[in-house]
Amino acid sequence: MATLNEGFTLCGLVQTPSASDSAIQGIELDGDSDHAVVTDSTRSVTLYKVSDQKPLGSWTVKQGQLLTCPAVFNFQTKEYVVVSDNKVIRVWKDEDLSLDKAFKATVSADVWRVHSAPGGEPVVLFQRGAVRLLDSLLSAPQQPIEDILSEEEVIRWSTNIVAEKQHFVLFMTEQKGEHFLYAQRFNPNTLQKYRLEGEDSGAPPLSFSASLRDKHINLLYLYPNGCVYQSVVAVRGPVGLEGVQDLPRSLRLRLPVGEGELGAASAVALDEAHVAVVGMPHPSARTGKDFLCIWNTNFQTLQAGREMVGRIHGQVWCYLGKLFVPHGKALSVIPYECQKCSLASALGKLRCAGIAVSTSSVAVPSWNTLLHGDQPQGPTKIVDTRKSKLRRKGQSAPALTVDQVLELIKTGPVEEVQREVEALVSRGDAQDLQLSVGRLACHLVARSQVETAFYAPGALAQLVQTQCLCHSVCPDLLLLALEHKDYFLCQLCLQLFPDIPEVVTCACLKTFISVPDGDVEMVSLEPDSVFMEGLLAAGARGGQQNGFSPPLFEEDSCDPHHQPKPPQHQDKKNPTLQLEVCPVGLHKAVLLNAVLQTPYSDNLLLPHLKDLNTQQVILFLQYLQFVYLKYPQDVYTQTAGLRSPTMTQIIDWVCLLLDAHFMVLVMAPDAKGLLSSLQSFVKSQLKLFSELGQIEGSLQQLHKMKPSKDISQYSIEVIELF
Amino acid sequence: MGEFKVHRVRFFDYMPAAIRAMAFNAHTERLALGRMDGSVEIFNFADHYFQEKVIPGKDSRSIEALCWVGGRLFSAGLNGEVTEYDLESLRPKYSLEAYGGPIWTITSNSQGAHLAIGCEDGTVKLFEVLEESIQFERNLDRQKGRILSISWHPSGAQIAAGMMDMIRVFDVPTGRAVQRLLVDRGFGGSKSRETVVWSVVFLSDFTIISGDSAGKVQVWDGHTGTLVKTHLVTKWDVLALSVSKDESSVVAGTSEGTVIQFQFIAPTLQQQDKEWVRTRTFKNHTHDVRALAEIETAIVSGGMDTQLVVRPLLEKFDERSHASALRKIHFPHRNLVFCAKKAGLLLFQFPGQLELWRLGESDGHGKPGDSLPLKRKPEKLLHLKRKGEDHICCSALSSCGGWLAYSTMSSVRLYRLQTDNNDISITKVPKLPKVLRSAHQLCFSSDSSKLFAASSQSSVLVIALSQSECKYVHTLKPKSGSRQPIHLMTNSVDGKWLSTANSDCEIHVYNVQKLKLHCIVPVYGSCPSAMGIHPTTNNLTMVHADQQIFEYSIVEKQYTDWSRKLQKQGLHNLWLDRDTPVTHVTFNPKNPEQILLHDMHMFCIIDQSLPLPDQKTQFYNQMTLRSLSEQGRPSHLHAFKICKTFQDLLSVSLLDDQSLVMVERPLLAITSQLPAPVRQKKFAT
Repeated sequence: MATLNEGFTLCGLVQTPSASDSAIQGIELDGDSDHAVVTDSTRSVTLYKVSDQKPLGSWTVKQGQLLTCPAVFNFQTKEYVVVSDNKVIRVWKDEDLSLDKAFKATVSADVWRVHSAPGGEPVVLFQRGAVRLLDSLLSAPQQPIEDILSEEEVIRWSTNIVAEKQHFVLFMTEQKGEHFLYAQRFNPNTLQKYRLEGEDSGAPPLSFSASLRDKHINLLYLYPNGCVYQSVVAVRGPVGLEGVQDLPRSLRLRLPVGEGELGAASAVALDEAHVAVVGMPHPSARTGKDFLCIWNTNFQTLQAGREMVGRIHGQVWCYLGKLFVPHGKALSVIPYECQKCSLASALGKLRCAGIAVSTSSVAVPSWNTLLHGDQPQGPTKIVDTRKSKLRRKGQSAPALTVDQVLELIKTGPVEEVQREVEALVSRGDAQDLQLSVGRLACHLVARSQVETAFYAPGALAQLVQTQCLCHSVCPDLLLLALEHKDYFLCQLCLQLFPDIPEVVTCACLKTFISVPDGDVEMVSLEPDSVFMEGLLAAGARGGQQNGFSPPLFEEDSCDPHHQPKPPQHQDKKNPTLQLEVCPVGLHKAVLLNAVLQTPYSDNLLLPHLKDLNTQQVILFLQYLQFVYLKYPQDVYTQTAGLRSPTMTQIIDWVCLLLDAHFMVLVMAPDAKGLLSSLQSFVKSQLKLFSELGQIEGSLQQLHKMKPSKDISQYSIEVIELF
Repeated sequence: MGEFKVHRVRFFDYMPAAIRAMAFNAHTERLALGRMDGSVEIFNFADHYFQEKVIPGKDSRSIEALCWVGGRLFSAGLNGEVTEYDLESLRPKYSLEAYGGPIWTITSNSQGAHLAIGCEDGTVKLFEVLEESIQFERNLDRQKGRILSISWHPSGAQIAAGMMDMIRVFDVPTGRAVQRLLVDRGFGGSKSRETVVWSVVFLSDFTIISGDSAGKVQVWDGHTGTLVKTHLVTKWDVLALSVSKDESSVVAGTSEGTVIQFQFIAPTLQQQDKEWVRTRTFKNHTHDVRALAEIETAIVSGGMDTQLVVRPLLEKFDERSHASALRKIHFPHRNLVFCAKKAGLLLFQFPGQLELWRLGESDGHGKPGDSLPLKRKPEKLLHLKRKGEDHICCSALSSCGGWLAYSTMSSVRLYRLQTDNNDISITKVPKLPKVLRSAHQLCFSSDSSKLFAASSQSSVLVIALSQSECKYVHTLKPKSGSRQPIHLMTNSVDGKWLSTANSDCEIHVYNVQKLKLHCIVPVYGSCPSAMGIHPTTNNLTMVHADQQIFEYSIVEKQYTDWSRKLQKQGLHNLWLDRDTPVTHVTFNPKNPEQILLHDMHMFCIIDQSLPLPDQKTQFYNQMTLRSLSEQGRPSHLHAFKICKTFQDLLSVSLLDDQSLVMVERPLLAITSQLPAPVRQKKFAT
């Protein structure tokens, strides 16, 4: 969750004559993390100590002169740099009292911005698109500056980024309603031009923000209709590509804009999942657009919001966990925190990487998924085949619009609803789908809840398989499916929803465990259960293969005090075979596996696990133990693309179950054998690790014996000659 | 024997310049080597490849090609000048502007009467070689495009000139171009690039062999102007060609660092018709081979990777000897490091600057093999840039660390250094005596009261130093009248003796107190590569390029008994087989029996009190001795104690506190500073 902490006012703002202009040109960082360099829109630069809310120094140019670019701090020389009257670059130090006496250099072209970032040299960007390093420019200020941009092209925004010793200047230009992004790299100097996809309305983006993540520059831009798009520019750019490239974008967020369009708003990325937006209405507040909100782009949820008093100029800066927002007559500093929510942190733990990637970009259709098909699994296939079927059908009957279908859902019979939803899903393009699927699902679920006879499993499955749904959009869907014992839909939801609450996961688990095997075997499930079939086949072969014995018993054999006791409620005559037989049926196992793979957070899951009764726990544990034992020997060769729980997931669940029910299990006579075998597991693992630890020691000794060759420039050594 | 504390110094960033040109004089067996920085080195191939002379470079001078005419050495370069060198005063004798733009090549005809140079403006200019100078004679027909390489026909009647995309053959008497040989361009993408004929060779049977930037070595018939054979040898450039004296073999150097040999032989047995066949490939370089010479028994090559490689042709040797071993010359055969023994300072000489360092300190004690913790790190005290465009040719640091001097070809500069605690101040001594214009060697007397400067014709200037002034005292002149430059100079600790060695292998000993010649050491056939005067006995120890060691008693004017014994018994073969000369001799004042020597690969202490090794003794015996018990050792001891722990040594000296200073310059560090070599596709890359 992200939170906005109590803010404070850093300084007051003078009112500018025109209401639309902001009183602040820019806020930049200083060498000190607690400092902020604030440049106002007219003549002065002020250095603040943020935590003390007090100015440390202020520099003003003479009356009649104007600062035309925010002052920046040169991290290499510890000097400040500002541009006045477009052409005069001024450089001064902390201790200088007056800007007039500071170093001045007049350059031959109008400067747009000076940019500086820690670890890089300051860079001067001219209004006509040329870029110079500050040092080289100051050494020859009157050097000719070339024009990069064409006549009518103007810079709208620019920034610089230092990544992997590579220095970037990015700037966005506008020309006749089209927007271009230029990426200037240094050493070697290359300039790459990208064209931004235009918004349908033709409106220009309101704000841009760039951040560096995973060796890519992520560009976030906000349109007046509330859409926040993201584009990615690789740090190691495409070398040698000439001309203008199209910059693909993906929709990260569609903000509710209320009536009309956004006027002065700005979005800035806080981390990979959070965006701070200023100047937009709060969805739950009635009026006004003067809110600062933090949205989670992964889950499309509003995480925090605050009303800002007074006019907002659509400016926000974000430095080191603080948001700087000028509003009304003050510049407020609002510290924020973006914790990864437990769901998000669990994502990494539970989803295997490939799937995690595709689900996180669920919301936005991307070329990757379309062209290369990141999901090789069943759902897309099914959709495809059904789609084609439906196309054949759809030619005869005219298709209905979303609203018409919504109307139909309220009253129509199941079959018709089913047909129309399928038609809609198969025909709608990805973006429309995104918006309509949630509404369709909610309406379907709502009607089913009211009218117990109405249940359209096919339509719901279709909707879920579009991968445009998540649990938060339609929270009752999964529970409804459970209620109707629609295990196929449950499995789909568990597989495809990234945000199932732990309580629901637990409810699913409970239902799955307690359902009789016979019931489940009837159900047709997601067909990708090769994993389980592999396990069961191995189980059926039974016995020792090729001299193999499970590590468990190998371990026990060297422990004379311990006699392996098979679980009591199973066949006592054949203990070895016990473990080879899966305690649950195939379909049940597939459902349990789906539970195993859902994201969760330990702390939240634990209380709900306690709801299981002892028999359920024992059965589940037996199943987990079975999977654990079979897993490494038989299945490791299979491809990772299969939807199978990972070893870590299995172990985590075993631990969680034991944590939740340990006392009960110890008391239960049924669980005795199970517990002791699990304990011997742990013992064997401990032994293995202690062996590994010993090896580590010897390896370190080996390292010590071979001291790394002295490569230092100087050493004093002792030699002995005989 | 004992333990030594060793300052292992690796912060001398010595970087040799790349080799650009070479010329071998078969008559004198001297190889002239031109480097990128404009310096010229003369190696005596008759005397164990000893680097006899170094003519320092100059910023404005560039050398593209070198050429011997008799004993005279000429160079030409991109600055458009032809220069003749004075090999006695080690400086250019004169430079002549050729008025043809940058000069790419210079060669003389076999008669030694004319020089031909190839210019950027497309002219081949002929110069007549006169007694004391050269004189412009005429231009051959001017061509479009630069002349990059030239070869005279041995008769002197024709000249083949390599150009862009073609080779021209000129008739020398008329100056007309008589043949035009078109050279193909490379394949694929390089089709659009002009082919540069980097090198041509004109053989007496009118065969022309060319090497070009498309990686081809081509054989042409010079009469008809037809292409006889093409050998595609590399994807990159063939940069240099050299033909053996009997014209039976040609070697080609490429950008890949390979040297490829072609021989004029019959391709199959019993066949009479001979043709040029590619026979062998040598790979001793990592970068461009820019200069090549095929001499009687070996192929000499050099290039961007700065090393000079002498690759013997094994079929020319009957038995294995040190002459048949591959030899690589990395370091100059003279000192670039000077150590102030009392003050613990090191002076590093670069062509463009001097660096003065203070050694670090450690108060710890340790077992042999340990590295001691540093109490103080070494510190760079001074970075002194030379004035003018001449490179530094020699420098000196007084043992007290109070004086510093360096010389370029045009001037000598003397500085007074004052160090107190951590501050260092340097003051230039004004008004040096007028006679002191330049020096081949500089050295301070051990009490820092005198400066000795080796001047022209083997004479030595004695300058008296004091706080207030420096005064010319005397010029010491050898009786022999040798005109050769002094390359070694050393004086005794008691300030009485000064000894000099010149390229004629003469060693003179002067009495500095009486300011007269004391004696001449009997001339030995090999050039001395290092020498030193013993601090207590005043014996002069000399090591020669052929690895022989002599000890001469200055007082008694005769070889010492130890030296006679050593010569009688002979040095161990393993000692004689070493391929780098000893470049420094020093002594241990605390233990007068010990002589300290080093070459590039080893450091040696000779203990005169111990028996000399005979041929049967294990020569490198340190490991054996280490493994023996205290009692077992004496029977295995011999006089040569050799330590190979330290490699790529530039200097070894013994400080007054008995600790050794080893200045290493790892070859890997040099290699890592070279530009990237041409890209070669390796297997599976």
